[in-house]
Amino acid sequence: MGIEEKLPSGVLLTTVEGVAGYMRKASFWPATFGLACCAIEMMTTGGPKYDLARFGMEVFRASPRQADLMIVAGRVSQKMAPVLRQIYDQMPDPKFVLAMGVCASSGGMFNNYAIVQGVDHVVPVDMYLPGCPPRPEMLIDAILKLHDQVQHAKLGKNRLDEIVEAEATALNALPTSEMRGMLR
Amino acid sequence: MTPTEPTEPQGPQPAVEKPAVRQSPENLPPGKDVVAPSSTTEGGETTIEQPAVGVRTGMFGVPDTGDTSGYGGLVKPVVFPGAAQRPYGGWFDLVADGLDGLIEKVVIHRGEITFHVHRDHLLEVAGKLRDDPALRFEFCSGVSGVHYPEDTGRELHAVYHLLSMTFNRRIRLEVSCPDADPHIPSIVAAYPTSDWHERETFDFFGIIFDGHPALTRIQMPDDWPGHPQRKDYPLGGIPVEYKGGTIPPPDQRRSYN
Repeated sequence: MGIEEKLPSGVLLTTVEGVAGYMRKASFWPATFGLACCAIEMMTTGGPKYDLARFGMEVFRASPRQADLMIVAGRVSQKMAPVLRQIYDQMPDPKFVLAMGVCASSGGMFNNYAIVQGVDHVVPVDMYLPGCPPRPEMLIDAILKLHDQVQHAKLGKNRLDEIVEAEATALNALPTSEMRGMLR
Repeated sequence: MTPTEPTEPQGPQPAVEKPAVRQSPENLPPGKDVVAPSSTTEGGETTIEQPAVGVRTGMFGVPDTGDTSGYGGLVKPVVFPGAAQRPYGGWFDLVADGLDGLIEKVVIHRGEITFHVHRDHLLEVAGKLRDDPALRFEFCSGVSGVHYPEDTGRELHAVYHLLSMTFNRRIRLEVSCPDADPHIPSIVAAYPTSDWHERETFDFFGIIFDGHPALTRIQMPDDWPGHPQRKDYPLGGIPVEYKGGTIPPPDQRRSYN
């Protein structure tokens, strides 16, 4: 068929994208960034029972410069928002944001003057995780889905095209305020 | 250090309990929106009821038929506990003796004593409470703010919680100031621990503590407009809409009173 036929045993062929995605997803280093009660669940997730070490993620870095995943665990107050943005800016690319819990995703129960109504007002979010607070299993599920996204992310021009396409899709999407029908 | 009176009992003492009906405005008979200042004699002791500073209706929920809490018809006057008369009982009299002439009013409510102090006398009172060997209130555990928008001339209150570790006694000081002139002297010189507490009370209520070493906001962002814990501060919030259904922000669905 192709070059695969000529290879000695023990050699696999893949794409650069595949290898890069595999390496990125298999060594996520989350930043230590707990804001509220969701942080308790996040800590539990890193503990021995739920064991985030199974996915190579047990090392939460205290410095954003050594981290590539920010788990926004809790409500973001207006005062915390610039701090959060600075931590995000200090993280090296490629970096990902997981909005953990309804408060980080949409403001949740705190619909008032003090709380940012969703962390996506401040930083781009790759994965939203509902729950108040979400169970550790849900956080692990969200992380695994994010792993899947990262594994299949494209590189170079394909990545740029992907971004442009995603933005065009989002701009043309029907806003939820104009959706009709069952509230689900 | 031995106390000035050798007969004074040491250690923790039981708080002085008074009948709840006389002390608690919550237990007043219904329909008394405004209680006129009057002297009533109950159980051989005389107390003076204070006039109501407002009326509170409902619990949660919208004011009309939408209230699902079951408390929509509740009408309750906001009445302060009446001033207590001597003898206060127990060590209350001893502390009051040490502050003679500096106190506006003494209130004993649910077995706890509160000294209402005019802001001009606050520094003197704080100095005496800390340094007098018969009082020895070494610790100020916090400064709280309260906003009574309908208590004209005394809209803003600062409440100081003091603890005497020597005698195991707790008292409160209450100081008020009008909204138009929100100045209260700072007691940081006497109680350094109240530094951050006064900053927080300034941040949330807008009470300016004169003489504070660095009175800046501590909780809200530095450039925040207004003081959020005042009763007239809007809760904010945005309407939440999803697939054609819109839910207004909480302060338009509920009355927080």
